[in-house]
Amino acid sequence: MLKIKNLHANVEGKEILRGIDLEVNAGEIHAIMGPNGSGKSTLASVIAGKEEFEVTEGEILLENENISELEADERAHKGIFLSFQYPVEIPGVSVTNFMKTAINETRKAQGLDDMPAKEMLQKIREKSELLDIDRKFLSRSLNEGFSGGEKKRNEIFQMAMLEPKLAILDETDSGLDIDALKIVADGVNRLRTKDNAVVVITHYQRLLNYIVPDHVHVLLDGKIVKSGGKELAKELEEKGYDWLKAVGSVQ
Amino acid sequence: MELKDKLISSFMAFEEQVDVNSDIHNLRNEAMKFFETTGFPTKKDEAWKYTSLNSILKEDYSLFPKKEDAPDYRDIKKYFIHDIDTYKIVFVDGIYSSYLSETTHDKIDACLMSSALSKSKYKAVIDNYFNKIAPKNSLNALNTAFSHEGAYINIPKNTLADKPIQIINFSTGNEAALMVQPRNLIVVGENSHVQIIERHQSLTDNPVLTNSVTEVFAEKRAMIDYYKIQNDKSNASLIDNTFVEQHGESVCSLFTFSFGGKLTRNNLNFYQKGERIDSTMKGITIIEGKQHVDHNTLVHHQEPNCESHQDYKGIFADRATGVFNGKVLVDKKAQKTDAFQSNNNILVDDKASINSKPQLEIFADDVKCSHGCTIGQLDEEALFYLKSRGIPAKEARALLMYAFANNVLSSVKIPEIKKRINKQIALKLGVNLGFDL
Repeated sequence: MLKIKNLHANVEGKEILRGIDLEVNAGEIHAIMGPNGSGKSTLASVIAGKEEFEVTEGEILLENENISELEADERAHKGIFLSFQYPVEIPGVSVTNFMKTAINETRKAQGLDDMPAKEMLQKIREKSELLDIDRKFLSRSLNEGFSGGEKKRNEIFQMAMLEPKLAILDETDSGLDIDALKIVADGVNRLRTKDNAVVVITHYQRLLNYIVPDHVHVLLDGKIVKSGGKELAKELEEKGYDWLKAVGSVQ
Repeated sequence: MELKDKLISSFMAFEEQVDVNSDIHNLRNEAMKFFETTGFPTKKDEAWKYTSLNSILKEDYSLFPKKEDAPDYRDIKKYFIHDIDTYKIVFVDGIYSSYLSETTHDKIDACLMSSALSKSKYKAVIDNYFNKIAPKNSLNALNTAFSHEGAYINIPKNTLADKPIQIINFSTGNEAALMVQPRNLIVVGENSHVQIIERHQSLTDNPVLTNSVTEVFAEKRAMIDYYKIQNDKSNASLIDNTFVEQHGESVCSLFTFSFGGKLTRNNLNFYQKGERIDSTMKGITIIEGKQHVDHNTLVHHQEPNCESHQDYKGIFADRATGVFNGKVLVDKKAQKTDAFQSNNNILVDDKASINSKPQLEIFADDVKCSHGCTIGQLDEEALFYLKSRGIPAKEARALLMYAFANNVLSSVKIPEIKKRINKQIALKLGVNLGFDL
C-alpha cells in the first residue's frame, strides 16, 4: 500500500530525513520508534504533505501512485490520515461541522454528492459510541479547551469518520492516562480491516501493548537503522536506543 | 469650488427652504459657523491620523438632488432584510420614500425626522433629545447645520416594538456625485425594547458621500439591539457618527458589519449615565482592494457597576487598510467597572495594513479593565491540520476566517441577520461552506 523509497527531506535547509525506505502492506500495523529528534514526526508530516518540509530525494508511493507532489488535502482524499501529536485548537468550528466539511470535501474530490444529513448523523453517532465520546463534546469548538486525552480521542474519532486507507498515529499515546489509552487503542483495533494499514509512531513501547504491531522499525538520525517484529519493541524498552547508535554508525 | 465652500454657500438657500421651528434654526446657524471655522478634519487631527478624507472630498457632490421616481422594489429587495416583517424608513437620495417605507404611529413612532423637526407634537422630545449628545466637532456640526431628514424613532416607556425597524438610505446615481447627511434620533423609554437595522446603499458606481449622525437614548432598563450593515459599492463612502446615551440598567448592543464601500469611518460613542448598564460594541470588517474602514470607538464609564464589551474582528486583503482606535474612559466615580476590549486582525496579503490603537484612561481604582489587540496571518499549523483532513487550502482558509469572525456573529439576536451576514462572509471569501455557524 505505502512504499517509501530513499526519502530525504529538509526543513529550513537542514536535512532531517536521510534516506528512508519503508513498505507497509494492507492489513499491517507498523511501529516506528526512536528517540527525540530522530525524525519520527517529520516522517509523519512528510507523508501527510506538510509544506514546510522539502522532499529533496526519493519518493512516496501510495498504491503505486507517487504522491510526493500532492497537497495535503489531495493526499487525504486518497486515503492518508495523520493523527496529530498536538492537535490544533480551532475556536468557532464545532467538531460536527468540521467533520461534515471534511467528509463532504473528500466526497466532492471523489466526484460524489454531499453525504445525506441522516447518514452523516448516523455515522457520527456510531463512531462516537465506538470511542465512548459524549454527544455534547461534538458541538464544542474543535479541540478548544480539550484535555490532552480528549484531543487524542477526538483524533481517532476523526480517523473513524474518514475511514482512511493509511492512518499514521503520531505519538497518540502522549498525554493519555491508561484508561484513555485503552479506549484509543481499542478504537484503532476495531477500525482495522484487511484493506487498511496503520503506522504507529511512538517513543515508548506502552501503546504497543494495546496496538500490537506486525513490524517495528527504529529511526535514528533520519534513517531506519533496524527493523524487526513486535519483540524488537520490548528489547528497545529494556535496552534503550544507545546500543543501536553504534549499529547506525557501523552501517 | 472646494466642497467646504460649496457647503457654506449652499447653506443659506437650504435654511430658507426648510420649515422648522426657530430653535432648530438657531442650532443650525451655530453649527454652520462652527463648521466654517474648523472645516473638514485632516490627518493633523489625532483622531484622523490614519484616515484621510482628501480623496473623497475632491468630488463635485450635488447637495440637493432632484426628486426622482423611487426605484422599483423588486430591483432593490435584496438590500432589505425581507424575510421578516419590519417597519421600514427608506430614503432615496436623501429624500423620504413613502412608497418604499412602512412607518408607524401606533404605540411607537417610527417616522421621519423632517416631521419631528417641524410638527409641534414632537417638540418636547426634540427639545429634550435633539443634538444633546453629539460632541461638537466639524462633521457633527456640518450634519447639524444641514439636519433635515432621517429616521425618528420614539418608543414610549414599557413598550416592546412589535417588529424590527429598518432604516435604509439608497442613492440612485441620478446625480453624478451625491452628498447626503441623514440625521437620526432614537429614543427608547423606560423598560422598552427595540431592534434597529441600518444600511446605506448606493445603486450605481457614482460617488456618494454620507455624513450621518445618529443619537440614541436608552432610558432606564431599556434594551436596544442595533445592526449596521455596511456593504456599499466601491465608490460610496460613509462617515457614520453614532452616539448612545444609556441610563440605569439599560442594555445596548451595536454591531457593525463592514464589507463594502470605499472609505468607512465609524465614530461610535457610548455614554453611561446610570448604574448597572451594559454596553456592547461588536464589529466584523472584511475588506479588500483599496478599501478603508476605520472604527473609532469610545465608552465613557461615568457611574459605578457598569459593563462594556468591545469585540472587533478584521480581515484585510490586497491593499485594504483598517484602523481601530478604541478608547475606554473610566471616571473616578465609576468603581466596579468591568470593561473589556478586544481587536483581532488578520492580514491576508503583504500590502494590507491595520493600525490598532487601544486607549484606556482609568481614574477609578477598583475596576476590571482588559484589552487585547492582535495582528497576524492565518495559522499555518491550523491550515495544515484542516488540509490533512481533506479540506482544500481555499476552503480551509475560509473556514479559519469564518471561525475567526464567529465570536461576533454568535451574539447576533436576529437569526435572519445572522444568516445574511453569514452568507455575505461566504461570498466575500469566495466559497460556499456546507453549514451555518
